[in-house]
Amino acid sequence: MDHNEHKETRALSSSRRAYDLILRGLLYFCAAVTCLLLVFVIGYIFVRGLPHITWELLSTSPSYIKDTIGILPNIVNTVYLVVVTLIITLPLGVGAAVYLTEYAQNKKLVAAIEFATETLTGIPSIIFGLVGMLFFCQLLGLQASLLAGSLTLVIVTIPTIIRTTQESLKTVPQSYREAALALGSGKWYMIRTVILPSSIDGIVTGCILAIGRIVGESAALLFTAGMGMSMNNFFGSVDNFVHSSGASLTVALYVYARERAEFDVAFAIAAILMILTLVINLAASLVGRKLKKH
Amino acid sequence: MPTIIEAKNLDLWYGQKQALKKINLEIPERQITALIGPSGCGKSTFLRTIDRMNDLVPGVRVEGQMLYAGEDVYSPSVDVTWLRRKIGMVFQKANPFPMSIYDNIAYGPRIHGTRKKSELDEIVEKSLRGAALWDEVKDRLKKSAMGLSGGQQQRLCIARALAVQPDVLLMDESTSALDPGSTMRIEELMRELKKDYTVVIVTHNMQQAARISDRTAFFLLGEMVEVGPTDKIFSTPEDKRTEDYISGRFG
Repeated sequence: MDHNEHKETRALSSSRRAYDLILRGLLYFCAAVTCLLLVFVIGYIFVRGLPHITWELLSTSPSYIKDTIGILPNIVNTVYLVVVTLIITLPLGVGAAVYLTEYAQNKKLVAAIEFATETLTGIPSIIFGLVGMLFFCQLLGLQASLLAGSLTLVIVTIPTIIRTTQESLKTVPQSYREAALALGSGKWYMIRTVILPSSIDGIVTGCILAIGRIVGESAALLFTAGMGMSMNNFFGSVDNFVHSSGASLTVALYVYARERAEFDVAFAIAAILMILTLVINLAASLVGRKLKKH
Repeated sequence: MPTIIEAKNLDLWYGQKQALKKINLEIPERQITALIGPSGCGKSTFLRTIDRMNDLVPGVRVEGQMLYAGEDVYSPSVDVTWLRRKIGMVFQKANPFPMSIYDNIAYGPRIHGTRKKSELDEIVEKSLRGAALWDEVKDRLKKSAMGLSGGQQQRLCIARALAVQPDVLLMDESTSALDPGSTMRIEELMRELKKDYTVVIVTHNMQQAARISDRTAFFLLGEMVEVGPTDKIFSTPEDKRTEDYISGRFG
């Protein structure tokens, strides 16, 4: 009896072992395919793009006369987009997050707004582009301009800022709030001096993620920011600042690849964008960790 | 001793649940009053009603009066900021802000408009001396308060509360998370503090109440059963329930 029972359990374990082995093999296969795909894409872009990144490419405007291509205007346009978008989206998003976690009383309303922001993050950005074109470019009369592009990107990035800020605000211990209020602090003073400084890591992380999104965004800008390749003089006048239009790096990639068949330039831009993304992500995790420690 | 805080027929509800029932209690100036009773009896709730920290709880409702210096703290004309400046609070768990020791102490005075560095320096030193912490931290005022030990953090919180020059100090089980040595230091500190301040403590530790308080109030199921001089409460209580509790028959 005893012996039989023993045998039975052993038989079971060997079939289980086979099952386990097959499943494990499958999972390894999935992981390997994913990794290989990723390595292939990154490798391919770097192999084709890196040799074409030259100082001339980075530091000049395109010239038909000299028949050269430079992406300096696109770099500058991208910087414009990042800066202007952040200036608008950061206060809005942080303000909304503070309202939702610190002030709002109606739990259902908060849940509804949180659900809406979650949903916004999942919407294909070409739809934001369409809305931006109709609303900012046409209705508000901004035409295709970097400002209209920035405003569109505000809508794209605001859910990210709200969510990361909120997550961070929620981790601030309730005891900090109690301590500040018990000393006679007003609510806003408490938020400004204790709550926001304690959640700065989340805000900075959100900021960096937003920068990543802005740098990588193309669909929302195709319709809204224009496709010009020449240098803008943003600070020449208010009119220049509002109406300058032009292609960001991503849009330039599209234009060079699709309309001019300049694949070397397109791959060079792609490699630059990948490096930027890498740097931005590294910065996000580094800053997050560093600020959290304090 | 004149009365500084007085509850008159005070009722309090959390939503539907009544947490305090018709409390009448006078708290005399410059003495230590201990509130004792089993968990959930309402002693902490009562303490938090004095400085209106219960306002933070959604759905809280108060009836009756809570008088501080003759004024009902729930009257609309009372400025909560003023009230909480006059009535400081120290919590169960030490809750220093994640800033330097100096900035922790200066936090309160800065709220109330003190900006000058020389004044702040003076307040910081005075408060830290008042909380018997000065000698331990005077060389590292700019270091983070999070690096202090648990007992030091709690004394820092006491110093932070003293820095706004309150009249009353409320302590909500402020030694329950500390080791015996730190507890003893804070009890010594309380005896010092009662020379200048009115101290109200909530404690689970009956020996502590017996050791340091002048008066003791016993709470049970939202009611204030009995109040009197601590010696009397612990030797010849009038109410059977008080006797059962202090002799350890329940709780």
